Amino acid sequence: MATAQAPTKWSSQPLGPGFDVPGRVTTYREVFNQTIRDELNRDPDVFIMGEDIAGGAGRTDEDGNPLDAWGGPFAATKGLIQDFGPERIRDTPISEAGFLGAAVGAALTGTRPIVDLMYFDFVAVAFDQLLSNASKSRYMFGGQTKVPITMFARSGGGTGHAAQHSSNFYSILAHLPGLKVVVPSDAYTVKGLFAAAIRDDDPVIVCNHKKLINLSGFVPDESYTIDIGKGRLLREGGDVTLVGMSWTSEVCKNAGEQLAAEGIDAEVVDLLSVSPLDEEIFLDSVAKTNRIVIVDEDTPRASMSSEVSAVVAEKAFDYLDAPIKRVTGPHTPVPYNRGLESAYIPDEAAVIGTTKALLGAV
Amino acid sequence: MEIPAEKLRWMYTTLCRIRRFEETMLEQTFKGKSMGVTHSSDGQEAGPTGICAHLSDSDWISSTHRGHGHCIAKGLDAKRMMAEIYGKATGQCKGKGGSMHIADFKKGMLGANAIVGAGIPLAVGAALTAKYRGTDSVGVAFFGDGANGQGVLHESMNLASVWKLPVVFACENNHYAEATPVEYAVAVNDIADRAQSYNMPGVIVDGMDVFAVYDAAGEAIARARRGEGPSLLELKTYRYHGHYHADEPHKYRSQEEEASWHARDALKTFEQKVTEQQLMTEEELAGIRAEIDQEMIDAVDFAETSPMPDPEELYSDVYVSYSNPLQGLR
Repeated sequence: MATAQAPTKWSSQPLGPGFDVPGRVTTYREVFNQTIRDELNRDPDVFIMGEDIAGGAGRTDEDGNPLDAWGGPFAATKGLIQDFGPERIRDTPISEAGFLGAAVGAALTGTRPIVDLMYFDFVAVAFDQLLSNASKSRYMFGGQTKVPITMFARSGGGTGHAAQHSSNFYSILAHLPGLKVVVPSDAYTVKGLFAAAIRDDDPVIVCNHKKLINLSGFVPDESYTIDIGKGRLLREGGDVTLVGMSWTSEVCKNAGEQLAAEGIDAEVVDLLSVSPLDEEIFLDSVAKTNRIVIVDEDTPRASMSSEVSAVVAEKAFDYLDAPIKRVTGPHTPVPYNRGLESAYIPDEAAVIGTTKALLGAV
Repeated sequence: MEIPAEKLRWMYTTLCRIRRFEETMLEQTFKGKSMGVTHSSDGQEAGPTGICAHLSDSDWISSTHRGHGHCIAKGLDAKRMMAEIYGKATGQCKGKGGSMHIADFKKGMLGANAIVGAGIPLAVGAALTAKYRGTDSVGVAFFGDGANGQGVLHESMNLASVWKLPVVFACENNHYAEATPVEYAVAVNDIADRAQSYNMPGVIVDGMDVFAVYDAAGEAIARARRGEGPSLLELKTYRYHGHYHADEPHKYRSQEEEASWHARDALKTFEQKVTEQQLMTEEELAGIRAEIDQEMIDAVDFAETSPMPDPEELYSDVYVSYSNPLQGLR
């Protein structure tokens, strides 16, 4: 077992288990798969459905076991059908609206489905079921019912998947009352947030950025959840606040380290959830640093970066010594060409350049 | 199919309750008592009655914007339905759903649904729960001819068939999607024919005759309970009023056409059959009608005298839990 990285005073506080517990360094992908297993073992009402989550559905391997041809897109569900069987690991036809709607119906009648929507863009194919049934049923039926479904999908660019497989529009989902939206940023947080989502009684969507899936990090062995709606500090600092979410939390963390080498002490906020939104963590930070740069891979118009900006302008205006700055993707689809795609995604250089300009350090 | 006396009485009570509820609701709407938009289902009483006659509280139905009949047939309380249409705190959904979102989860009623076709996969999901849990519950998806243009209907029929789920797809073909005639918008003459594409039985049913519906639904539901998969029923029927309360249907359909359907009225058809066959007497039928008339007076009285929702209700029931719920969002 690998040794834990040295705990630091800012790691994942106040999010429960620190890093002084037994654990191992593992990939986001592996911990995601293990979390599904843990939750299937914990609660017999939990099952999972999606396209090719096993693959080869209905067929068997040489030993007569259910075939696990794909193990799901990005191998997220590898091996599950052999351990849990086809009733709980349910391959679907390509019918996002049909099977998400069926999941909502199953949740309304007492089970707790997990739905793999594959690519985040496919949320749009099922959007009516998400908007009109999943997120509104509890309210329009006067609190008679609840919709405990967990959806997940792969978001983001950087992998050559082009315009229809690289979206990040979690801001559209954060806009919907009744729905919760979480944006884990590493192996540690995906374990806690995914488990929390599955145990939550409201519909939750988990956005897994494709560039995070193969990254490794320290993950405690024990079962834990991270409160949905709580962000964390990835770095403490007094000069400027950098706000990241999903992949851009990784970008902000790296940028913060590089800025520190140049004598600029950035505080890095990792939102982890976009609905509910932990306003307190970035408002407190701005009260200390008086400057904020919001970094989001999504497009800028009516986005999470504009939402965080609005909250800061409304509630921390008097603390600001400089204009609120945003570093985001442009108002374009994600391009295919790798050079253009790199230019689309906010990187450390863009964050550092904007931060230095804001501080008058260039 | 032999029908027990108690069931016959239930059927006529349900037919009358749907008819009088819709008439009363429209009267009150035109007096300005309803708070919003309503869609009457009078004329279509035989469908929900004949189907729900086979269901219990542990079976599930999904519904449409024209859902009052489904609610009543599934056993919902007319007083709390009327109060919901009045937007009152005592309504089935605390006045927060209205006519198009009446639900009662204790009665297996998954809610009226105002997006055409959107309720259909919910019944498929309820059937999935039944299969997952190993119970003999079924899911019935009510939808209209208009939903035939929606992809989610076809996804749901395919899904229910490949997963062999206990679902009955109950298409109430009332011949108009809003103001658009079915022959314009649906490419087949009989919607029941579409069942072939999903490898399930498809049955054309006289949707004005509760006995015909009862027989066809009995077979489809029994098949579902046996684990043999879904069926499609096409109930040929007619809505007596317009698409919604203020619609004037004679702008797009003839009085002759309307009269031809009124001649096959579900209540009259029932009355004629049971008296001819001496299953019920005129007096019994009149007694039921009188009970229902009183029930509607009581329902209106209940709705009118009930309190408005507390203003704080605006903010409740969005989530089971949500951290920092105020956050300047109200």
